[in-house]
Amino acid sequence: MSIDLLLFLFLALAAIGTAAGMLLSRSAIYAALFLVLNFATVAVFYLLLNAPFIALTQITVYAGAIMVLFLFVIMLLGAEKLPKSKVLPWQRPLAVILAAGLIVETVYLLLFKNTITSTVGKLVETFGDPRSIGGFLFNDYLLPFEITSVLLLVAMIGAIVLTKKEKGEKE
Amino acid sequence: MVPVLYYLVLSAILFTMGAMGVLIRRNALIIFMSIELMLNAANLAFVAFTRTFEKLDGQIFVFFVMAVAAAEVAVGLALMVAIFRTKHSIDVDQMNSLKG
Repeated sequence: MSIDLLLFLFLALAAIGTAAGMLLSRSAIYAALFLVLNFATVAVFYLLLNAPFIALTQITVYAGAIMVLFLFVIMLLGAEKLPKSKVLPWQRPLAVILAAGLIVETVYLLLFKNTITSTVGKLVETFGDPRSIGGFLFNDYLLPFEITSVLLLVAMIGAIVLTKKEKGEKE
Repeated sequence: MVPVLYYLVLSAILFTMGAMGVLIRRNALIIFMSIELMLNAANLAFVAFTRTFEKLDGQIFVFFVMAVAAAEVAVGLALMVAIFRTKHSIDVDQMNSLKG
């Protein structure tokens, strides 16, 4: 077994374990912290796949900005433990069955209907570095990049408008 | 290097766990986190394909997915705060009326 495969298996186990921890933990804070760990392991996968720029963006944007926002809202709402509400009895089994169906379907497609021929040759040295990504982003994908800025502006305005108190509303 | 197929299977597993989280959890915040998990699984598949086909377009797409996820989280959490203000709960079972 090569060192690459060992590393992959260890990281895959960590990723799946942290995802399961997020699913099963009762407290929202623990779930958020598990998710941070999950994002970090996925960032290491990106590094293994020759995507250093994406890996660091993952850490700063996901594990940094987005999860801090999550933790902030969890602490703001102060509702990290929900009271047990009555649940539909058939809901959990049905969810598990549907999820099992999805995973069986995708793994079947990947293993038996797969036409991807994996070319694991040597890459050019600059593959995935910030310089080549920047070149791509500002030449071939300039319009989508500009549209992203509008999207972020709309999201910002939306967040402000949604959390603003309505006129005449009493606290 | 590890075959790309392993990465795709891992991505499928993570995506399924995210989907299961959306189905079984009642806390709206955790449902949100599960959606992030699914987006992340898709990103992993994108980067694996980028490595396989040696084209950078997939990495650019991951970049855009991250931007959309950031926008989605900002608006979604604002919605959550607004809902909490009127309902005093973020249990999705409580969100069963359009107004009030």
